[in-house]
Amino acid sequence: MIPDLHGFGPALVAGTWMTIQLALTSLALGLVLGLLGALAKTSPFAVLRWLGGTYSTIVRGVPELLWVLLIYFGTINLVRWVGGLAGIDNLALSPFTAGTIALGLCFGAYATEVFRGALLAIPTGHREAGLALGLSKHHIFLRLILPQMWRLALPGLGNLFMILMKDTALVSVIGLEEIMRRSQIAVTASKEPFTFYLVAAFIYLCLTVVAMIGMHFLERRAGRGFVRSAA
Amino acid sequence: MSWEVLIRWLPSFADAAWLTLQLVGISVIAGLIFAIPLGIARSSRKFSIRALPYAYIFFFRGTPLLVQLFLVYYGLAQFDAVRQSALWPYLRDPYWCAIITMTMHTAAYIAEIIRGAIQNVPPGEIEAARALGMSRSQALWHIILPRAMRIGLPAYSNEVILMLKASALASTITLLELTGMARKIAARTYLHEEMFLTAGLIYLIIAFVLMQGFKLLERWLRVDACQGR
Repeated sequence: MIPDLHGFGPALVAGTWMTIQLALTSLALGLVLGLLGALAKTSPFAVLRWLGGTYSTIVRGVPELLWVLLIYFGTINLVRWVGGLAGIDNLALSPFTAGTIALGLCFGAYATEVFRGALLAIPTGHREAGLALGLSKHHIFLRLILPQMWRLALPGLGNLFMILMKDTALVSVIGLEEIMRRSQIAVTASKEPFTFYLVAAFIYLCLTVVAMIGMHFLERRAGRGFVRSAA
Repeated sequence: MSWEVLIRWLPSFADAAWLTLQLVGISVIAGLIFAIPLGIARSSRKFSIRALPYAYIFFFRGTPLLVQLFLVYYGLAQFDAVRQSALWPYLRDPYWCAIITMTMHTAAYIAEIIRGAIQNVPPGEIEAARALGMSRSQALWHIILPRAMRIGLPAYSNEVILMLKASALASTITLLELTGMARKIAARTYLHEEMFLTAGLIYLIIAFVLMQGFKLLERWLRVDACQGR
């Protein structure tokens, strides 16, 4: 059963590609923010702890859609001012940049908690062993802590990525031509809303399934050498 | 920050917050009622009973709420049968569309919470109930469900906060809830930063109050005391 797409098939494929690009760039930004947030929240300095805590609490308490709108419409003056300083006239955020920042910010806030949990789950003995071997603080984090955090944080990050992928639909509100926006355009032309939104839903389902399979393999690779305990 | 403008629009924000609370309140309660049979069926041992709830949950968790909203609000009008049915006055109204969609969406997530909770009820307690001569349905009503409720409550409170944030999407089908109202006022006054930040602050306050409410509920149901195994 293949629905008649009225020639909008290639547009939907282009939209899917845009969704994938948006999801992956937001993921990259969100992972960095989450890692920084977790380090701030577990740091010995009270100021950094407060900063990390405030970031994750405030960002998680406000809807994602509001972040998208706030960053796209709310920073017009700020971005123009920055552009003026750099000598660029009429600097403005593109919908893609604004969407990446907003979704990355939200992903990072949740990832902060996931990474913090993983960081706390690593036995202190490992850090002490590194110190006893004469490794620098830097090396201990990069060679001992981070690779182990990856394995512990992966299931949580996988869930967050599924949420992120569905949240990319929100960026259609500010006009980025991803799946939803392309479907809306197709609906205006064809007057068949149910067909096209159902096709969009099906594309999102496929993306979710692909992400789930990918996560399964990543988790298996990260967990090699570990025996999985039965639930 | 222009305080006079903000104070002038504050009554509109109050109306919008009330609409947001209605959307969230109705959908999480109706969703819970709808999710209980769904979750019980989902945790069944028989594949034939498990399959349909599984497909439902897979669809609603695998697609964005925005798509689901558009499918119901814009999509259903494609069919003449729907437009001529008795339900059309409701399905034409964005308010009811938002409530129906959010209810179906959250029911899928709550059903998964209920399934997890039911499967985490210690089997010894169910066996004890059966050994005392309770029938299967008696054990379900008096032992499994009250116990699962306490196990699932923290996850349910998370889901309520997530729905509070998801309710912002109702603005895309023309409803003037908090986000929609902020957009409307921002478009009229050109004060984008101020209006969106105000809306964000109101969301934070609502989320904070809800969390405190659930903390009280957890204390009243003595959730902590039940967790010792």
